[in-house]
Amino acid sequence: MNSNFVYVTYIRTTPEKAWEALTKPEFTRQFWFGIAQETTWQPGAEWKLVGSEGKVYDTGEVLEREPPHRYVVKWRNEFRPELKDEGYSRCTMELVQEGELVKLTCTHTIERENSKLIGAVSGGWPAVLSSLKSLLETGKPLPRPTTC
Amino acid sequence: MNMDAVFKALADPTRRQLLDRLHARNGQTLNELCEKMDMSRQAVTKHLALLEAANLIVVQWQGREKLHYINPVPIHEIAERWICKFERGRLAVLSDLKKKLEREDR
Repeated sequence: MNSNFVYVTYIRTTPEKAWEALTKPEFTRQFWFGIAQETTWQPGAEWKLVGSEGKVYDTGEVLEREPPHRYVVKWRNEFRPELKDEGYSRCTMELVQEGELVKLTCTHTIERENSKLIGAVSGGWPAVLSSLKSLLETGKPLPRPTTC
Repeated sequence: MNMDAVFKALADPTRRQLLDRLHARNGQTLNELCEKMDMSRQAVTKHLALLEAANLIVVQWQGREKLHYINPVPIHEIAERWICKFERGRLAVLSDLKKKLEREDR
């Protein structure tokens, strides 16, 4: 039995712009509250989720990449032992043009029941995806969700 | 995304119950969601369609099974627009008040 979630947001943009926002660190940091994905994006390449102060939150590997529509990364937490112990999860990001909108689907899954890692990341993704939508549609990301 | 559709979808106790059940256990089939619901399968299907149209649930096929997943992103957008914004305002007012009062003390 897997633990997983599927999050969807519709963004008034193009798949190319959304792809750039997700894969270029200087762009990503603007909406991901200072965090960026560091990798060459070649399948098999090392992948890291790094904070603005250089802290490595998660590590893994690029499994698939089809710009500007889809990437899959192998994802393991690095800073909380109980999450790191769960091993690798899989995060898939898909971008599909639907009329004037881009449907962004983020799927995060791990092969274990009641995963703490999935519990932890499921809380973070809605804020990140809403901030990405705001940045692409209005030019402004959302503030870091601390007061709410 | 149409926020009216989100508010409308949330303004019904059955649909909120369906979301609660997906929150408790994500990725359920229609049959599973119909269990313990005091209504016809057809009525549940209608409610699920409204939730899907509001992007509050996402449907994915796994083999021959259609699984329903809760999607909290529109709810986050509502919280950000209608709650966090005002909360920040209130905190700013409190901090201004504190500054003013502390100045008066001197």
